[in-house]
Amino acid sequence: MKRLLRKIFLVDLLEGLRVTFRNQNPKQIVTEQYPAERPKVAERYRGAPRLNTNPENGETLCISCDLCALACPENLIVVGWVRNPETKRKDLVTFTYDTSRCMFCGLCEDACPVDCLELTQDFELANYSRNGAIWDRQMLEEGPRPTSYKY
Amino acid sequence: MAETFLDSTELVLNMGPQHPSTHGVLRVIIKLDGEKVLGTDCVIGYLHRGVEKLGENRTYQQFAPYVDRMDYVAAVSNGLGYCLAVEKLLGVEAPPRAQAVRVILTELNRIASHLVWLGTHALDIGAITPLFYCFRERELALNIFEKYCGARLTTHAFRIGGLQYETYEGFEKEVLEFCDIFLPKADEYEELLTGNRIWVERMRNVGILNTADCKAFGVTGPMLRASGEKWDLRKAQPYSGYEKYDFEIPIGERGDNFDRYIVRMEEMRQAVRIMRQAVASIPEGPIMAKVPKVIKPPAGEVYVSIEAPKGELGYYIVSDGSTLPYRVRVRPPSFVNLQSLDKMARGSLVADLVAIIGTIDIVLGEVDR
Repeated sequence: MKRLLRKIFLVDLLEGLRVTFRNQNPKQIVTEQYPAERPKVAERYRGAPRLNTNPENGETLCISCDLCALACPENLIVVGWVRNPETKRKDLVTFTYDTSRCMFCGLCEDACPVDCLELTQDFELANYSRNGAIWDRQMLEEGPRPTSYKY
Repeated sequence: MAETFLDSTELVLNMGPQHPSTHGVLRVIIKLDGEKVLGTDCVIGYLHRGVEKLGENRTYQQFAPYVDRMDYVAAVSNGLGYCLAVEKLLGVEAPPRAQAVRVILTELNRIASHLVWLGTHALDIGAITPLFYCFRERELALNIFEKYCGARLTTHAFRIGGLQYETYEGFEKEVLEFCDIFLPKADEYEELLTGNRIWVERMRNVGILNTADCKAFGVTGPMLRASGEKWDLRKAQPYSGYEKYDFEIPIGERGDNFDRYIVRMEEMRQAVRIMRQAVASIPEGPIMAKVPKVIKPPAGEVYVSIEAPKGELGYYIVSDGSTLPYRVRVRPPSFVNLQSLDKMARGSLVADLVAIIGTIDIVLGEVDR
């Protein structure tokens, strides 16, 4: 009898509606207004790659050891270097990083022995061309320039 | 001509590969008599990326990010299974602290995976509200992943031999907060769905698969447990310190869609229970075992399986003593569970077929690999 009454008066559906109305509180809105408000990603976020430079003289920290290129599962890092006859060290000439093939696993930054290559918190990597996704040394050192939008 | 057309009652239809309720690119060829399903045939492989072949061309560490991309809603579980398999091959064991953190993250991922299942399945059945609520709570879990390892979905959280990252400041607190927030929310989902007459009518006595059929098909995970078999690899073959935690294995009675739903809901609550125990007993110490930089396991083969959110996830790795695995074979739970679709769907209606595909909880990335 009770079940029949519940069925006739749609009690089960009204109970569901009660939950829906309980969640209507405007304080609980979780939608982000993305391009206007940028989400704050975590400190460890693995986003756009960057080649760190020495903040004092602007020289690259990279020692051209090639470990990042060896660690990369997709073989997308190419390090170009020449041997400096005076210091007997390798000098970094070119560094290309193909972000279109990157899966941001973080193995390259783990492999870097001098904290030069780093995956940063920038996450806007869209490009108008495929060539634009291949980042050269200059782009990697300066980092991406996120577009700012005006409303 | 016209006569034969009117006489024939059978109709062969394609469902998918771009059907919203196939949860990806699954094509099901269905034979219909009116609205009744006479038989189904799954066509898979649209998402095939050759992950197993890729494994033969990558070193052991390099292959770890790829396994995340198979079952992408439960990437942490995939990573755990792969790391455990290589660790067994190497003969090392992760330190206790690493094991505890692994358990916490895997259980968190179990909840996230089941929430995706619940939301999308309710959407298939016609209830759109649970989807938003489920994804709201899943966001909290994903934020913990992001803070811990820097990625939300394809996490690459574990490394062979332990962990790459130490837990961040306030990790334990955030996990406990998530537990506190999640339990009332789980009751809320049940309030929305369990008593709802449409939900019950669509789920009760639909897609019945009994224990014998489950075993014959090799079906594992919540589907097997819903049929009444108390089988959970976390209890049967404990790994990563699961024997230390106290939890129940929820089982169903009939093995229908509704039981599968109840089992998964209860599993999420048990996952919260495991997480609370693991956070309370997280030991101090190193997070990485002694593993050489270049992993060269001795020649041999190993099979390690874990209880992923969708069932038994197994990794069979053959090593020939070099830095590259000779063969990596994955036993994906979704692929095996999908084979039981025909058995369950035969004789049901097309709308029930949608509900049945939903409760199998397939991820096409894992089915096709």
